[in-house]
Order: sequence, then structure tokens, then C-alpha cells
Amino acid sequence: MAKASGRDEVHPSDIVDAAVDMVMVHDLTGPLAVEAFKRIGISSVWDNKKIVMILDHQVPAESVKAAELHKMLRSFAKEQGIRFYDVGRGGICHQVMPEKGHVVPGTVIVGADSHTCTYGAFGAFATGIGSSEAAAVFATGKIWLKVPGTIRANVEGKFKPYVTPKDLILSLIGKVRADGATYKAVEFTGSTIHRMSMAGRMTLCNMVVEMGAKNGIVEPDETTSKFLEGRVGKPFEALKSDIGASYERVIEFDVSDLEPTVACPTSVDNVKPASELNKVTIEQAFIGSCTNGRIEDLRLAAEVLKGKTVKDGVRALVIPASQEVYRQAVEEGLVEIFTDAGAMVCGSACGPCLGGHIGLLAAGETCVSTSNRNFIGRMGSTQANVYLASPATVAASALTGRITDPREMEANKL
Amino acid sequence: MKVCAPVLKFGDNVDTDVILPGKYLILTEPKDLAKHAMEGLDSAFPEKAKNGVIVVGGKNFGCGSSREQAPLALKSSGVKCVVAESFARIFFRNSINIGLPVIECKGISEATENKDEITVDFYKGEIHNVSKGHIFYGTKLPPFILEILSDGGLIENLQRRMKKK
Repeated sequence: MAKASGRDEVHPSDIVDAAVDMVMVHDLTGPLAVEAFKRIGISSVWDNKKIVMILDHQVPAESVKAAELHKMLRSFAKEQGIRFYDVGRGGICHQVMPEKGHVVPGTVIVGADSHTCTYGAFGAFATGIGSSEAAAVFATGKIWLKVPGTIRANVEGKFKPYVTPKDLILSLIGKVRADGATYKAVEFTGSTIHRMSMAGRMTLCNMVVEMGAKNGIVEPDETTSKFLEGRVGKPFEALKSDIGASYERVIEFDVSDLEPTVACPTSVDNVKPASELNKVTIEQAFIGSCTNGRIEDLRLAAEVLKGKTVKDGVRALVIPASQEVYRQAVEEGLVEIFTDAGAMVCGSACGPCLGGHIGLLAAGETCVSTSNRNFIGRMGSTQANVYLASPATVAASALTGRITDPREMEANKL
Repeated sequence: MKVCAPVLKFGDNVDTDVILPGKYLILTEPKDLAKHAMEGLDSAFPEKAKNGVIVVGGKNFGCGSSREQAPLALKSSGVKCVVAESFARIFFRNSINIGLPVIECKGISEATENKDEITVDFYKGEIHNVSKGHIFYGTKLPPFILEILSDGGLIENLQRRMKKK
């Protein structure tokens, strides 16, 4: 943030005017941003190479109204020469941004979506903003930001089989609570993080907003470089944590005894071990979203579902996070495993996560989902329930028709 | 900058999905958004708010998504300002940016009841409960934020600043 605001150093609570390296909007926040930009009264954006637009929420257009909004964004992007990921060309914004090389370590990225914090997994400062602010960035390339204090989550130990980064972040949110990191940065450190794939790190950073955080961050290392190789064209400076950095709070976490964890309705911090919820019956199981729709997630779900059949009365939906992930899932035979099991594989988009498009719930129904929010009405009816879990737990639950600790499947060889 | 209205009170962690459910995000007209304000918690909210109200919330008001349609729905339904124990950051910024005043005030939730008449003075950070006769002080907003609010929002503020240039 010091670099972005031209200062030698910054301290928590300083307010800085930061230069933005990249701004992203999608189909539900973009139209308001474009309208607001037009009201400012200038004809062209500050830098069309630093703006990305992605259609992912109501995709493919689920109504005439959505089609009109998509059309408006498409035409603005064309007129301004902005990089635009249309239906079938990208996928979920938070997967597409790093995949296509728009996320560079050490840069400032803002996005009109609260899960923009995902990019912290690559050592970028990335945070969610609203549509009007996105419009102001389109016009000026700048944004005011308050420098956050930092909470350090130091994670050690080795995950047990079928226990994942999703279980770690749910458990951490349960400890810190839904507002426990409001306005803070959450930095993930420790040997567990160092060994973790980019997919896992993205799951962690993705959900820091569910404890109120402004951003999540992981120091870039060789895993980061390997992912970005061939994606980011220009050389980048991977910023390191300051030696002797001061933290507002340090949370030590050992994952060795961590169990599959589930967030119960209607808040993300309402967490319980999956094994305590085995009487909760489900009507839908959803594997996907910007939290858990990556190839590693689909592989894990496929491992649980392989050669088995989704329980009668359960709808299982699998949504790869991007076209790239979809293609890889086809090549690896995962799509075959899902369809053979009776799961429906849908096109890369946000899907039921935000209750705007496909896979909505009726009153009285329950879904166990790999997504990130379980608020009242999030996935359709205000009388429906959403439980959040890992891809392994959701896949195991799809087979039994009730919330299931995936290790139970293994033990019983169901 | 001062507002005065009766209170509608809510609890902790009021999220943007209950303030404005995702299925209405394709609506673009503020008056259409207003019809669904707070639908997840109280479907009668637009009727209760239409003559002007001040929303008093608990901790972490506005948590969840970055949808600017959430404060827009509140503002266009008749909400004059939101006072809460604490706010989620994106909602806080979005409210200011669309010209809906917000102020953080510790202890306000417990001390306030539905229908209390309160007056909020943003320059002083003062919240006066006229019905109960007590005064609270919230976190004062910095001058540049007050300027955005008095212009009516970020875009209006930017229009003015760009003209000046």
C-alpha cells in the first residue's frame, strides 16, 4: 500500500490514496458501475488495460433483463477497449482473474465483488468494493483505502485424509467469528500454508471476508511462481512480510486433529464437526463456486463419488469454476464420474451460490454446499437451509442423503 | 447535516442477502429495489419505512456481498440513515458512496427501542434519542467522507471535483 500511494511506509489506520493496478466488475455489479461512470461525464476510462469485465453470475442469461444488462456491458467494453470475458470464454471471475494472468503479486487489485480478497493467495493486495467506487476507479485509477492492521494465522501440521483447507477456514471463522477480523488483513503463514496448493490458498483467502476482513494474504513462493508461469507475462516483484512485523493478533492453528467441518445455517461462524450433523437430511448437494470449484476440488469430489450413485431424492450439481477447469475435468475423466453417479454438471458460472440463477431451493429444502455463504435466502427460499462444507463432505453427503463425514464412507466402504 | 426520524431496529450480523436477496440484483431502478428492501427479515419493511426511518443495527451490519443495491434499496425505501454498533466495510463504503449516511455508535443498540424518535448530527457525531432524552456519540466521519455525503454520493462528488479542475 506504501508502494501504491508513493510513500516510504504506511501504518495501520493511515488513509492513503492508492493507485490501482487492476479493477474487475462482473455482470451484477458492472451495469451499475457503467451507469455511474457515464454520469461522471468523461468519455474514456483512465486505462483500459487495467480493467477486466467478466460475465459469471447470471450466465448464460437467465432472463431478458439479464440479457439486456450483458449486452450493455459487452458494448461498453467494446467501445472502451476493455478486456471482456463473455459466456463460455471465462468462468467465475475469481478463477478467471488469476488463470488469465490478471493477478500479479505485489499489486493493488480492487473488484466489485466481495470475494475479490481471493487474490491475496498470490500475494496481491486485493479487496472488494462497490459499483460506484469501481466507476470512480474507471475514471481516476485511484481509490482511498485505510491501511488495515494485521491478524496472523500461523498454521502448522498435516491434514488428515479428507480434511481440507475449506475445513481449516470454516474452523478459523468459527473461532474468530463473523466480525472478528472487520477491517483487518489476515495473513496466512506456517508450514501447512507453505505446502498448500494455490487452490487451497485461494479457498482460505476467498473466505476471509466471512470474518469481516478487508483482505487475506499469503507470501508468494515457488508454488505461486509455478502457477503464474506462462500466465503473467511481465516480471513481478514478490513482496515479503516485513521482518519483525507487528501483528494485532496471532492465531496458532494446528490442523493435525482438524475434522471435516460444516457451517450451519444461518451464519458462516456457526460451525460444527460434520460427524455431529449426520441426522441432517439434504435435498441438494452443490460442488462449485469461487471457493471450491477448482480442479483439485473436483478431483476430491470425484474420488468420493467414483463408481457410486447419488442418493435418490438428492440433486447433485457440479460446476467447474472456469472453462479451463471444465476442460481439464473432462480430460481427466471426472465429468464421466460425476455423470455416471447421477450428478448434473453445469457450465462454468456462479450457479446456485448466490441464489440468482440455477439450482435454487424451495421452502423447507436443505442444501449442503461448497460455496461461501449460508445466510437466510442466500440460495432461494428464505425458508431453505444451506450448510457449507468441503468438496469431500458434500460428495459424501450426496451419496447418503444426509450430512456425512467423508471418512465415514471410507470406513464403511459404502 | 442532520436527520431526524423514528427508529426501526435490527439485530447483529444483518447481511446483504437479507437486505436485498440475490434474485433482485438484476433490477436497476431504485424504486423497484425498494420494494424488496429487508425482504429476508421483514417483508413489511418497505411499508414501515416509506415515511422516513432511521435503521438501528447491532454488530457487523451489512456483512456479506459487495452489492451496492443493498444500501440503494434501503435509501430508496425511505431509510434516512443507519446507526449500528459496527459495520461490515464494503457496506459502509457503499452507503457513503450512494449518499446514505452511516454512523458507528457503541451501545446504541441496547439503549434504543423501535419507534424511538432520534436525531443524528453527522458533523458532531451526535445521536440524540429525543423520546428517551439521552445523547450518544458515535465515531465521527472524516471531513472528506462528510463532503461525499453532502454532495449526495461519490459520483456527484467526483463530478464536482472534476468540474473544479
